[in-house]
Amino acid sequence: MSKVGIPHTLAYFIYFPLWKTFFEELGMEVVVSPPTTRAILDWGVETAVNDACIPIKLYHGHVAFLRDKVDYIFIPRLVSVRKHGDFGTETFCPKFLGLPDMVRLAVNDLPTMIDVRVDLKKGRSELSNVARHIGLQLGKSWKEVKRAQHKALSVHSQYKKLLGQQILPPRAMEILFGEKGKETMGEEQELTIAVVGYPYAIYDHYINGGLLDILSREKVGVLTQDMLSDRVLNREAYKLPKSLFWYFSNRAVYGALHFMDQQAVDGIIHVTAFACGPDSIVDRLLEIEARHRRMPYLSVVIDEHTGEAGVRTRVEAFMDMLRFRKEGQR
Amino acid sequence: MKISFPHMGYSPIAFKWLIENMGHECIVPPEPSTKTLDLGVRYAPEFACIPFKILMGTYLEVAEQGAQVIITSGGMGPCRAGLYWVMHQYILDELGKDVKVMAFEPPLCDLRDFRKKLRWIRKTGGLGVKEFIEVLKTTWEKVKALDDVEMRSHELRPYEINRGDTTRTLWKAVDFIDAANTVEETVQARREGLQLLEQIPRDNGRNPLKIGIIGEIYVVLEPAANHYIQVLLGEMGVQTDRSIYLTSYTRKNTIVNLEGDVFAVAQPFLGEAPIGGHGVNSIGETILYARHGFDGVVQLAPFACIPEIVAKSILPSVSKEYGIPVLTLFIDEQTGKAGVQTRLEAFVDLLEKRREARLKQGPERLVV
Repeated sequence: MSKVGIPHTLAYFIYFPLWKTFFEELGMEVVVSPPTTRAILDWGVETAVNDACIPIKLYHGHVAFLRDKVDYIFIPRLVSVRKHGDFGTETFCPKFLGLPDMVRLAVNDLPTMIDVRVDLKKGRSELSNVARHIGLQLGKSWKEVKRAQHKALSVHSQYKKLLGQQILPPRAMEILFGEKGKETMGEEQELTIAVVGYPYAIYDHYINGGLLDILSREKVGVLTQDMLSDRVLNREAYKLPKSLFWYFSNRAVYGALHFMDQQAVDGIIHVTAFACGPDSIVDRLLEIEARHRRMPYLSVVIDEHTGEAGVRTRVEAFMDMLRFRKEGQR
Repeated sequence: MKISFPHMGYSPIAFKWLIENMGHECIVPPEPSTKTLDLGVRYAPEFACIPFKILMGTYLEVAEQGAQVIITSGGMGPCRAGLYWVMHQYILDELGKDVKVMAFEPPLCDLRDFRKKLRWIRKTGGLGVKEFIEVLKTTWEKVKALDDVEMRSHELRPYEINRGDTTRTLWKAVDFIDAANTVEETVQARREGLQLLEQIPRDNGRNPLKIGIIGEIYVVLEPAANHYIQVLLGEMGVQTDRSIYLTSYTRKNTIVNLEGDVFAVAQPFLGEAPIGGHGVNSIGETILYARHGFDGVVQLAPFACIPEIVAKSILPSVSKEYGIPVLTLFIDEQTGKAGVQTRLEAFVDLLEKRREARLKQGPERLVV
């Protein structure tokens, strides 16, 4: 059975169940790199261009981890997943667009790369084209591909349903694939905080200094934009003079606006990477919108040197402020 | 109506004329200075790129001088420049400035909005359609003339005998164009300007190094942002060719336009185009400069510019395959002129050594 490697970062947190099911239905063994470690980060810093942001460096690191363990490596070129935005040109960050080329030229001794171009804004049939393209590269028949695609999509919608029940992606994946994990439900929660930002910044435990763990220890309920359905998110679009150009950024902004206007949360934490291009806009936009709505707002910047202590100090200070505020309101 | 716009190279001369002749009052943006950058850095987001910060500073300066409307460009992404106006407006509002940022989105994206805004400007200025077209034509001619004299100055500077002659003459030529009021006068001014440049005493025996300048449009076009890199190089005795001019796409005589599709040239290295900004162009243009026998390429980009980072990660492979050295300069508010100059001098030394080595091996290796 040939093995296909999937790096544990970037779009992994949203699309992994889909990809895993698809490849497994095609008779492949899926190998995932472990959650980020110091070694993976170091590999990434070593191989990637020095000006890249931390998520891109991490991606290089995860690919470097996988390269000698698999026959294929899945590095899709994510161009668009829907037609959206003022001119219908929504896309991903330019670094996503150039990612397969960046990785190919930076990491040596790569296994065969599955760098299919995913550009779904063109129409409904485009997804089948993407699937067929992968099938061709792996030498699978049209029928097999069709069945795998169907199965994968149904798993993906189950996954989205789980997220919709306010379950965080890592836990949702455990439930979906029938693994045992610790139950965290039923604890008393003092506060609710919306954590918005890119999935690969929020859910990567190592790189954000364990932000979500810190929050759960502080007895805080966490909501993220990925727990909202597309319909709910897109309703927020009209609140901006011009929607952003990037899929994940739009989700983060819409999610934050939704949480602010519902007043369903006590505060908002935006997780952003050092020198992230799109976030230079997103962060200031949210800061201003939050101020207009008198919503407490904290921006956590992560980079290669982010440590747990630094994140914890800031989060604790933020929490104290929220508690004071809540008492004052009573 | 008091109208202003972003400062970019010599273009304010043409746009000032345009706005004044449409019947508005023009607040000419000052050339970006330390004060501009300080203002911009204070109010712009920390990780915004340097063009955003400079424009922020410029807008605050012209707002101080009473500008009511700022005309700028929009965009369809994925480069964040298309969202500048949104953020600038947010921040100006936050600071309580009564300025409206009016962005022209690409007409291909939203033709109705484009026409609506054009109409608004024309009507509030009190101009008829015919006069308006006439004014636009002259402005266009001016932009072209400005680009022409500037382009020629960069070709001639390495040959000048008295250092600084070319730059001083360029100012004169620019003044001629500034004074012109019709298409004919502009053509005449352009001719006179070029003649003046030709008359500069020069040493034609020199064989200057040739360097291509590529990168992000704003830092390439705005000398105040790139520390007058072309003048610096020119006075070191290097001939420079710039990949981007405001009127680039109408030209047939520049290297970058000679070979048609830059995206197709870049295709073997980057399988996706466009990726926003001038990312793909930077890769394609490096290849073109190598093919045309240039000695080296300087890539200019703002710190944290996403498309240029993608390009930078790919350029080492291009450089290796085509044998052309590339120097990348990421520019931010901390960049100082001395730093730029030191690195350029080292780069030029390297190119000279390289040329010497190649000449020793025999002339046939010079042909790429």
